[in-house]
Amino acid sequence: MARRVAIDPVSRVEGHGKVTLMVDDDNHITEARLHIVEFRGFEKFIQGRPYWELPLVVQRLCGICPVSHHLAAAKAIDQIAGVDQLTEAALALRKLMHFAQVLQSHALHFFHLASPDLLFGFDSDTAKRNIVAVINHHQALALHGVKIRKFGQQVIEAISGKRIHGIAAVPGGMNQPLTAEKIRPFQQQVGDIIDWCDDTVQTVKNLYLRNRPFHDNFGTAPAAFMSLVGPQDQLELYDGELKVVDPEGKTTHRHPCPQYHTLLKEQVKSWSYMKFPFLSNLEPETGWYRVGPLARLNTCSHIDTPKAEQRRQEYINTLGTPVQAPLAYHWSRMIEALHCAEAIKKLLENPALLSDDLLNQGNKRREGVGIIEAPRGTLIHHYRINDDDQVTMANLIVSTTNNNQAMNESIRKVANEHLDGKTLTPELLNLVEVAIRAYDPCLSCATHAAGRMPLELELRESDGKRLQSLLRNSDGNLVHAD
Amino acid sequence: MFQLDGNPIAFSKGDSILQAAHKAGYYIPHLCFHPDFKAHGSCRLCVVDVKGKTVSACTQPAEDKLEVYSDTAELRQSRLRLIQLLFAEGNHYCPSCEVSGNCQLQALAYDLGMTHYHYDPFSPLRQQDGSHSQLFIDQDRCIQCDLCGRASQEQDLKSVYLLAGRGQDTHLAFRSHNGQLGSTNASMDDRAAHICPVGCILPKAGNYPDIAGERLYDKIPIHTQGNHRRDEGGQDEP
Repeated sequence: MARRVAIDPVSRVEGHGKVTLMVDDDNHITEARLHIVEFRGFEKFIQGRPYWELPLVVQRLCGICPVSHHLAAAKAIDQIAGVDQLTEAALALRKLMHFAQVLQSHALHFFHLASPDLLFGFDSDTAKRNIVAVINHHQALALHGVKIRKFGQQVIEAISGKRIHGIAAVPGGMNQPLTAEKIRPFQQQVGDIIDWCDDTVQTVKNLYLRNRPFHDNFGTAPAAFMSLVGPQDQLELYDGELKVVDPEGKTTHRHPCPQYHTLLKEQVKSWSYMKFPFLSNLEPETGWYRVGPLARLNTCSHIDTPKAEQRRQEYINTLGTPVQAPLAYHWSRMIEALHCAEAIKKLLENPALLSDDLLNQGNKRREGVGIIEAPRGTLIHHYRINDDDQVTMANLIVSTTNNNQAMNESIRKVANEHLDGKTLTPELLNLVEVAIRAYDPCLSCATHAAGRMPLELELRESDGKRLQSLLRNSDGNLVHAD
Repeated sequence: MFQLDGNPIAFSKGDSILQAAHKAGYYIPHLCFHPDFKAHGSCRLCVVDVKGKTVSACTQPAEDKLEVYSDTAELRQSRLRLIQLLFAEGNHYCPSCEVSGNCQLQALAYDLGMTHYHYDPFSPLRQQDGSHSQLFIDQDRCIQCDLCGRASQEQDLKSVYLLAGRGQDTHLAFRSHNGQLGSTNASMDDRAAHICPVGCILPKAGNYPDIAGERLYDKIPIHTQGNHRRDEGGQDEP
């Protein structure tokens, strides 16, 4: 008789999710469902608002990567304001803010959320597998993590006035320049930040290679990849064209951003508020793809900062290309962090950051599409306005939504290999979470924000009768209820 | 001379208690009062205690030897409740509001120690008006102070803005054939376009000019620097 296993909720990801495993009579996982059960409704309630308010409203989607939403919306409203080209100063400020955002978010994910799994092992005691243990046992690493994140946040604060939910981008540009006094401390610190990021890339590489066969195989389900790339196919986080490579690494699409809707379609499923995007030339079952650092290092041909490029070559020479292993997300994520640190150093030397020439103007349009590479992957904001400058339509495809089916596939793979069909174990629960966490999902962006939650694993028959339940409370205690 | 919270206050003939207090450097909280226009007495934030009666300081003439109390626990509590009522009555979402940090309602809420709504929010459904080429009207934020109405009538000599309806149905309206601002002769150059103490009457360009931390009330509280608009300059002191 078919059964259903539920893990509810998932911890140490941003937000609140629940996992159900559909099990057949032979104990094979036929389907994995990462449920997004909370509703946010931003696309609806911003209708009627004036378009210039969008970067400020939609950044409230998230407290981890608000800058990404702020800038994606800003790129869309630039087009509505009729501005196709920002001033050099505005572009430099936006890019600096964006690199700082990706740097701080990657640092948060690796050091605070993922490093406990990687440093102590996936099967270590959950009560001791957390950031506090990292601080106790790997003091230098933890300290670097905190300082890297702080540096990124301070750059954001210098530009927008706040580390989270500041005010910076306006239609056609930015509102205020930087000052030499604000820039100076960053110029003094950025060398250390680059060194620490480089050290961390080495640490992640060592951790990955320590048990490479396991890491290569863990949750690996071959898929296509999508991201922005620059004109020379370089890694590009702020602007560019959408590029898709197939599971073998062959380029299948190079697509202009304003026509994203001809590249992608979205499917809705009754059991989740998160949609399922897929490539429009394929079916939903075969057209899913992955985004984020893993995807970006598979789609780009090079990185235009030297240390990160050296680390990228080392990464692809070791793992081959395209890299399919979800656990390689951690490695690619820290290569990107290194790139961001190097890019920040270069931008801090740009005198345009001090210029008052921050705004361009143009002829009003009714529609704008802003696409940016957020820390977790491609982020799409699409708006239409009416004659009265009020938003009439909004479509947001956030990074985690792009990875929706990919996460389900990785969960299914992990559960198939590690589920003992007769017994629910904390070990299985941990492994499913590790697979989800590799994608650094932000379920708050996708739907809803919540704190750390207890975690429940349920075994049910297809008729809904509960056979077994394993609950892990937020204090780490396990409770069995049969 | 009269006494305000025990302090002697000099006044000129025709001064209200509020005007005399402000001239002497004492701030009495208010929203609907502006020194350039007739007192309205509607927001009730400036209520003071005179001979055991509460009166609005913006309409009550100053008199010799009056004993006036403003900074009392009871009045502070009443003002807090009035501010909370204003928040509950409209749709005030400070996190994305472009006048956040420059808003007199928000500044007074901070000043009076508001930490929550206290009253259940009405969450009214209100239509915004973007019909004007240079101005946007966000009805969600209107506190019905009628400063725009008075500025339009007394200074612009246009009478574009007015309060219509009664009681709970009172709302900001525009004198035009279809009720839209775009069909009036309102202009960006009107005084009325730059008098709103909250974020109801907004320009369509130049929005969000300051980063957080550098806005009007980010560093200096309203009881120190008085009621100002960022684009209006100092009109009301202290």
